[in-house]
Amino acid sequence: MLTKFVSIAVLLGAAGVALATPQIQHWQAPSGARVYFVEDHGLPMLDVAVNFPAGGGFDTAGKVGVAQVAFGMLDLGAQDLSEDDIARRLADIGAQMGGNFDSDRAGLSLRTLSKAEERDAALDILARCLQQPLFPEAVLAREKARLIAALKEAETQPESIADKAFGKAVFGAHPYGWHTEVADVEKIQRADLEGFYRTHYAASRAVVALMGDISRAQAEAIAQRLTANLPAAGAGTQIAPVLIRIDPSEQRIAHPASQSHILIGTPGVARNDEDYFPLYVGNYILGGGGFVSRLMNEVREKRGLAYSVYSYFMPMQQPGAFQIGLQTKKEQADEALRLVRQTLRTFVDQGVTEKELRAAKQNIVGGFPLRIDSNKKIIDYLSVIGYYELPLTYLDDFTVRVEQVTTRQVRDAFKRRIDPDALATVIVGAPDGMAGKE
Amino acid sequence: MRIQIIVIALLLQISSVAQAEVYEKTLGNGLRVIVKEDHRAPVVVQQVWYRAGSMDERTGVTGVAHVLEHMMFKGTTDVPVGQFSKIIAAAGGRENAFTSYDHTAYFQQMHKSKLALAMKLESDRMHNLQMAKKEFAKEIKVVMEERRWRTDDEPRSLMYEKLMAAAYQEHPYHNPIIGWMTDLQNMTDADALDWYKTWYAPNNATLVVAGDVKAGSVFALAQKYYGSIPEVKLPERKAVGESAQLGIKRIVVKAPAELPYLAMAWHAPTLRDAEKDWKPYALEVLAGVLDGNSSARLNKALVREQQVAMDVGTGYDSVARGPGLFMLEGTPREGKTVGDVEAALREQLMLLVRDGVNAEELQRVKAQVMAGEVYKRDSVFYQAMQIGQLESAGLSYKAVPVMLQKLQAVTAQQVQEVAREIFNDDRLTVATLDPQPLPDKPKHNPAGAAHAH
Repeated sequence: MLTKFVSIAVLLGAAGVALATPQIQHWQAPSGARVYFVEDHGLPMLDVAVNFPAGGGFDTAGKVGVAQVAFGMLDLGAQDLSEDDIARRLADIGAQMGGNFDSDRAGLSLRTLSKAEERDAALDILARCLQQPLFPEAVLAREKARLIAALKEAETQPESIADKAFGKAVFGAHPYGWHTEVADVEKIQRADLEGFYRTHYAASRAVVALMGDISRAQAEAIAQRLTANLPAAGAGTQIAPVLIRIDPSEQRIAHPASQSHILIGTPGVARNDEDYFPLYVGNYILGGGGFVSRLMNEVREKRGLAYSVYSYFMPMQQPGAFQIGLQTKKEQADEALRLVRQTLRTFVDQGVTEKELRAAKQNIVGGFPLRIDSNKKIIDYLSVIGYYELPLTYLDDFTVRVEQVTTRQVRDAFKRRIDPDALATVIVGAPDGMAGKE
Repeated sequence: MRIQIIVIALLLQISSVAQAEVYEKTLGNGLRVIVKEDHRAPVVVQQVWYRAGSMDERTGVTGVAHVLEHMMFKGTTDVPVGQFSKIIAAAGGRENAFTSYDHTAYFQQMHKSKLALAMKLESDRMHNLQMAKKEFAKEIKVVMEERRWRTDDEPRSLMYEKLMAAAYQEHPYHNPIIGWMTDLQNMTDADALDWYKTWYAPNNATLVVAGDVKAGSVFALAQKYYGSIPEVKLPERKAVGESAQLGIKRIVVKAPAELPYLAMAWHAPTLRDAEKDWKPYALEVLAGVLDGNSSARLNKALVREQQVAMDVGTGYDSVARGPGLFMLEGTPREGKTVGDVEAALREQLMLLVRDGVNAEELQRVKAQVMAGEVYKRDSVFYQAMQIGQLESAGLSYKAVPVMLQKLQAVTAQQVQEVAREIFNDDRLTVATLDPQPLPDKPKHNPAGAAHAH
């Protein structure tokens, strides 16, 4: 049993079952870090994640890629520990260090056994990686070479080519659309990393999430230990606003692959936006709901045109992308593209039916227990709730907010957000005879 | 030796817990039902594992196991096409299926109150599938798109496919799970139906249920929904094998890419008797010594110190119905060749065979294994997966604690001995990816092209 769960009787329409959500404890550490904790003694283990506003969106023009490299080097040398010491000592106690990096956030995570001996050793290493990274010159040179090779490889693969062109078409000059180039990496110096670290890994901006087999008092001590020696307050946490309206565009990029990779989209919705739930539920019906979505039905089930076709909103601090994607053999790419555009246009024009909305709610609400059925999933929620300063009742409210969505709200939100005549389209491995327009 | 003691204490604790929570029963029609109780969250996963994978296919119909998996969502006499997924979705469920060399499995994850519904639907398609020509005609196109996406346009997957075809010349692991494109183009609904009628039967399946359930009520539900499905006479399974290789094999695959890539695969044994075997355990530990963390031998030597490779990897799976491969892979760094990476990998193997492994390395791998046993309990789905995989491979879920004990018992000498036996060129297939420039781009790095010995 996930202990310390508070039963909150949420009446779920037809389902009518009571849901239990984890009780989230929240405080500010003396260091200034915001802490989110769920105490659970079901398994003898502890998960920890520390996130910062230090993702790719915090790069500055002329220094693209610094955020990513700084993040990547946190565990490659720290206060008296070489990169090998770090990896070896973690392995010795069966601890696992991981991380996440996107346009908003950068963070390290740790999973360890909760017995004092293993736990303390693991936290000691995490504390040093977070608070005293060394960014050794020799390691930097090597990592730059590896990154450059990976970038060159990506330039030959259709999926990566499409992602890069799509980001640029959707976000223009905004950092969400920036793509690290080989020349950017070549320029990166150790001082850039130290500077970025000092500015963006500040204690007052840290979000510490803890989940598992420790007490509140232990959690308080750990959160302080992981953040007390972080740099003092640095830069702001805001990312420049995204330009919501874009001009329509279509790029056809040649590639010898047998399939065309198609991406269609526009800036979508921010994490804290009032439209988030209507768009989320609506998108389930459009292309988020696996085998039962409209896109899947039209493109795959009815016509066998693709293996995968999907749509999603990527909610970020600023509006992240709304994206539709599919792959299909070149000869039928134009047919598939027409079909997808028509499906989206109909969706935006006419909205969803009551029946579709009911089915969507049944799935999202009925499936809610699956979203919080492991420590891993819960700590990921803690990090998101903390980082985006969502209400502590976010998980309790989630099903209620979904239930409240109306067909009218869905149609209204999509109409305001998605203009079928102002979308960016990228086709890599464009059908023969139409290739080469880059 | 302090760590050793901790690990053993932990092991005993886990073993007893693992044993206590798993229950099994075989229904009258031969369906094995295995229940793993885990009451941490109010969810349940149902998985049905059929002991029929791509290795059971015949020449000319490769890929049919996977095609049938797709067709299983296309309707039964009672549940029209599209309804299976709609009903599961409306119940808040997540569902999918997967096909491997050894088996085909179907699963649903749901709130625990929905188990009966999932069983009703899954048992129905165990024996009532409709094979409509119209649906087959569309779905086979979907599968061909899947093949293009997963393999044909993915240089490394393509190379892996050719590597398997070269390493296995007799055993059906020679054929890709997704099937050769020609076979997909020629496949008919009759082929898929034939496969279904041959292998989809309660006496060729294992039902695994894990989550916040009581074993007794799961058995009762299983009896209610699956109990009346008739047993089917299964065809005799011919023993298939792979004769000893007679010398090193080398293949080159050209595909659009920037970086060359190398994979080396040695024939290696897999577990047949969890109690008596020792080599597969020694190979698991060996894989950990080479690549268990980022300071393990291969990454430390090739990526960090010598800087010959951009990345390296090791692959070995001791659990399989058929024979195994121990694989090493690597991507040369700019200015280096696949030949340089191969030479550097061979040097590491030579050191290992000559000098063996030290106690610290051994202990480190074992500590990771034991911690992994605790972490795995955070996922109900994964726990069910492990049971299904072991059962499909002809081992038993009961082997889990035995396997852990055997892994802990592996000695440095055993690791050295198995390395000496396995890393022999007469067991080896080497595959290299020869990157081809895109039509409109010059090749960046001619020095990195495929290297011939």
